[in-house]
Amino acid sequence: MSAAKAGNILTIEDLSGDASRRLKERIVQVALTAAALTSVIVSVAIIYTLLVDALSFLGSIKLTDLGDSVWLPRQGRFGVLSPLLGTLWVTLVAILVAGPIGLGAAVYLSEYASPRVRRTIKPVVEVLASIPSVVVGYFAIRFISPEITQRLFEGSPAKNLMVAGLGVGLLTIPLMTSVSEDALRAVPSNLREASYGLGARKVTTVVRIVIPAAVSGLVAGLILSISRAIGETMVVFLAGGNVGTRPGSPLDAGTTITAAMASVASGTDNVKGVGNTFESIFFLGLVLFALTLSLNVAAGRFVRRVRQKY
Amino acid sequence: MALTSPEVTQHVVESKLKQEGSDRSGTAFQVLLISCLVIVLGALVALLASVSGDGLNTLSSRGIADFVLRPFSIRPEKTGVFQGIVGTVTTAVIVALLAFPLGVASAVYLEEYYHDNWLTRLIDTVIRNLAGVPAVVYGLLGYALFVGGPFKSLTGGRSVLSAGLTLSILVLPIVVITSAEAIRAVPKSLREGGYGVGATRWEVTKTLVLPNAFGGILTGTILGLARALGEAAPLILVGANTSVFSGGGWGDLTGSFTAMPMIISDWSTRPAAKWNGVTQAAILVTLLIVLGINTVGIILRNRFDKKK
Repeated sequence: MSAAKAGNILTIEDLSGDASRRLKERIVQVALTAAALTSVIVSVAIIYTLLVDALSFLGSIKLTDLGDSVWLPRQGRFGVLSPLLGTLWVTLVAILVAGPIGLGAAVYLSEYASPRVRRTIKPVVEVLASIPSVVVGYFAIRFISPEITQRLFEGSPAKNLMVAGLGVGLLTIPLMTSVSEDALRAVPSNLREASYGLGARKVTTVVRIVIPAAVSGLVAGLILSISRAIGETMVVFLAGGNVGTRPGSPLDAGTTITAAMASVASGTDNVKGVGNTFESIFFLGLVLFALTLSLNVAAGRFVRRVRQKY
Repeated sequence: MALTSPEVTQHVVESKLKQEGSDRSGTAFQVLLISCLVIVLGALVALLASVSGDGLNTLSSRGIADFVLRPFSIRPEKTGVFQGIVGTVTTAVIVALLAFPLGVASAVYLEEYYHDNWLTRLIDTVIRNLAGVPAVVYGLLGYALFVGGPFKSLTGGRSVLSAGLTLSILVLPIVVITSAEAIRAVPKSLREGGYGVGATRWEVTKTLVLPNAFGGILTGTILGLARALGEAAPLILVGANTSVFSGGGWGDLTGSFTAMPMIISDWSTRPAAKWNGVTQAAILVTLLIVLGINTVGIILRNRFDKKK
């Protein structure tokens, strides 16, 4: 400062501002970094707790116990194939519902709907997205089961994996729709114009040009939806039947990784005291975490591919 | 008829070009797409209808105030959701107080203080991946940290404080991602103007970037909050109450608690003949809270979108 006042040449020091402002800047930067680091700490904490308790669970059983025919953790039977198969069936049903319906809705909203129609329909999809999953679980028990599955498949149990899968599918539609719509809208309009210029009809343009051009984003939406369906808990907990036997088809009652965790955690108030029962859900949690994480990473790859293209 | 009459030729060419009446597959495709939307709308209507009948009856015959202000009872005709409302509102306040400042600060760090080094890249990757972790896994973390773990003496174990902390962690990545998007949308020229008159990075952020990104940040936080309030899976693991218990009043941060999604989950599994009415009423009250918060978020977003 003094140098400038004296009328001499400016130095670097004169340009770097006064000390108190620099100190403040420093403090703020440290505080912001600390806040951002919370997420890293949370991630480490998730992986640490899952690993420690899952490994301690695996150490307390024989590994062949995991091949048991049933999952009944309170009786020390840990046939992990039952919840895995249940998750597979529920996810399959959910994706068969949410995939085509979500994609169809997205194609309509992106390629056909007028701005006015879009403005009215979009909020409806958003309302569906904000309905708590436990409410969809209630809907699955009281509507989907008696009105749909019990009519179509007579003799199937009132609560089964199909009922749960349909409910989870309903929950997953908004995610599929919004990711697919973003992917379709990212397709540059000159591709569509070139197609029209060659005399192609609207349906040809959409099916042969727009959808193939958006395919990476659509695949990402599908993978994210699968990941979401695998992680959904409450619908399956309420409507899946909570049975630990191996389901042979979606029409059997069963459980999933998530619902099995919820059933162990609910129920008695003193679950931790019953041997390694409670620890078993950390093992399930680790399996669930690994599954959804790898799917999400894969989806991220596809999303980045879209960004690079256009 | 002359084979080359100009009118006929014109008509034939025109109809060929327009493909009048021949675009059956196009129409079928459009019908298919519309039916997808009809299924979505139909499902939503069926869902709302399935919780309206008995629920509205219960609410109108007992009065909303009676239902909302009464504590749990083992008798469906006497039970209320007072403790659930308290639990849900308290967790909302905790989430807003914790996740909002932490999330916005993280977003500012990622967008304004971004240096292309391993630390920022790590934080960015971690937040993206946290957003996809299932809610029930956050429940496990909440259990391990706040209920049975190192913070038990602070939270009192199965308490509304544990639930609020767990849900804060759950919505943190959502708040960060939406806030970062809002901050990214602020034009670069604004920042350059700030730096041009000699402001520091924080001064630019505080006086130029944040006020301009505020709408988007607020919307993101509100939508995250609505998501947190509807979650039941983490609360099962944190140990929300479903049976009759004393306490659970305002300000009881470390005692037994419950929340609306837990009540719905539990009552849904009770005998329908007696419990259906109050279950639906509880769902209606919850939807009112969650959809109300969401509507505020969407209205705010539209208002800020229009300004731009």
